[in-house]
Amino acid sequence: MIEVENLTKRYGQHVALDGLSFSVDCGEVVGFLGPNGAGKSTTMRILTTFMAATSGSVRVGGDCVFENPMRVRERIGYMPENNPLPTDLRVGDYLKFRAQLKRLANGDSANRIAGVMEQCGVADVAGRFIGQLSRGYRQRVGLADALLAKPELIVLDEPTAGLDPNQVRSVRRLIRGLAGGHTVLISSHILSEIEMTCDRVVILHEGRLLASGALEELMAKANAVVVAEVRASFIDAKKWATKLALGQAECAAQQDGYVRCQFADAKSAHAREKIFASANERGWPLRELSRQAPSLEDLFVSLTHGKGGPK
Amino acid sequence: MSVFRALVRRELSAFFQGPTGFIIIAAVLFLIGLGFVIVLSGLNGQATPIPVTQVFYSTYFFWLILLLIAPIITMRSFAMERASGTYESLMTAPIGDWQVVLSKFAGALIFYAILWVPLLVCSVVVRFYVGESAVLGLGPVVTSAIGILLVGCLYMSMGCFASALTRNQAVAAVSGFAMGAALFFTGFFSYFAGDRSDWISQLARHVSLANHMESFSRGVIDLSAVIFFLSLTALFLYLTHKVVESRRWK
Repeated sequence: MIEVENLTKRYGQHVALDGLSFSVDCGEVVGFLGPNGAGKSTTMRILTTFMAATSGSVRVGGDCVFENPMRVRERIGYMPENNPLPTDLRVGDYLKFRAQLKRLANGDSANRIAGVMEQCGVADVAGRFIGQLSRGYRQRVGLADALLAKPELIVLDEPTAGLDPNQVRSVRRLIRGLAGGHTVLISSHILSEIEMTCDRVVILHEGRLLASGALEELMAKANAVVVAEVRASFIDAKKWATKLALGQAECAAQQDGYVRCQFADAKSAHAREKIFASANERGWPLRELSRQAPSLEDLFVSLTHGKGGPK
Repeated sequence: MSVFRALVRRELSAFFQGPTGFIIIAAVLFLIGLGFVIVLSGLNGQATPIPVTQVFYSTYFFWLILLLIAPIITMRSFAMERASGTYESLMTAPIGDWQVVLSKFAGALIFYAILWVPLLVCSVVVRFYVGESAVLGLGPVVTSAIGILLVGCLYMSMGCFASALTRNQAVAAVSGFAMGAALFFTGFFSYFAGDRSDWISQLARHVSLANHMESFSRGVIDLSAVIFFLSLTALFLYLTHKVVESRRWK
């Protein structure tokens, strides 16, 4: 569906994208991950024909975005960053306007608008001005617009930014529901966000492709921190933790006689088994044993430093 | 075509959804009324050798309205879409750049035309009380309306161009006003030039909007004036299109 090759974008001296290549197949839900300023929005703007690239090629459904922008636009439903909407229109009127721009036939458009309003949960605010809506509702109006013309490709730039946890959940459910029928590209700088909605991630860093693949595979490469709390003297616990050789261990005595040990590099699948068995062997009570999922930062660190190997 | 109509309707609705459009209309209504009252009281029942419409254009009111109101009509067209970010969703919809430029221009021009309807009403009122067709014939009223529309084309296209250059509405209004005023006052020099024939005087005479309008208000459609207005309008629309297109330049 999307083929990006060697994409470069310069703003004067600043290089926003530096030889980026990736591809997305039909029907995939792909997360576009990277810190702020990694080039996510720039890539999406080029992909949706809003801007031109300095060099490189981008094809959407076989059509080049520079040579055939109209055909690409007909295929795409796009929700830009911050989801800008005109505040002086009513929700229903706005969607009607967008349906006209997207050339929906008059007969179908009323049904289609009612359909997307139902799907996105904005039917109950159809008569209200967009300016009066809460952020969660606005976000769903933006999504409804993106879905309106039943596009083959849906591009969403940070669809859950600035929403409260309940709203995030409902938007996420909505996106999940799009899988199969559409190809979806979502950008985010929050790892858990992408984890729950996407089949595959493309990770950007400073305009370059850092990694691409199933998130679990990438996460397996990242350092995972394992925390164990055992009841032992601080000195014993510290010796034990160092002997286990699971990367750098940090120990801290708790007030109730337990010692909290953090293993920074417990990548191996058996790390926790090993810790449990060893504590058991010594007869130390173990009240907590948990693996903390790596954050995006951890993933970045491991991807940028020797592909996750020991430092 | 339905896409174009939807875009123009959206442009017009933006004026009337909020107070902006009504405030502009109220201001123009006041200035037109004031101008007409002053013109009529100046005549004070005396016979006048020239049509009333022509008298109106030779007062400052017409030009004051044009110079001040035109940039205010057009300032939001592109600048506001850019500032609010809706420009991005507009320009990624399957519509061409020309459609966007022309719809913004058409929306502004229609609103501008609505502004001058009260002037027509004023003419009818005068006609009714004077009861003498020589003072205000149908001809001069129609040609004046054409003249007003042609000046409007030029000022609306200039304003759209100014608005396309920036994301700040105030900057768009000020630069639009500066361009409009520069054009108007260049023509103003022709009054001082007398019958000198150096190139500056000739240029001033050629671009003098007041001179061009005068023939329209006399009931004459001057082809050179029509070409002057339409060609400059086309130029500014072309420039606006170039600015809109420039985001896709490599």
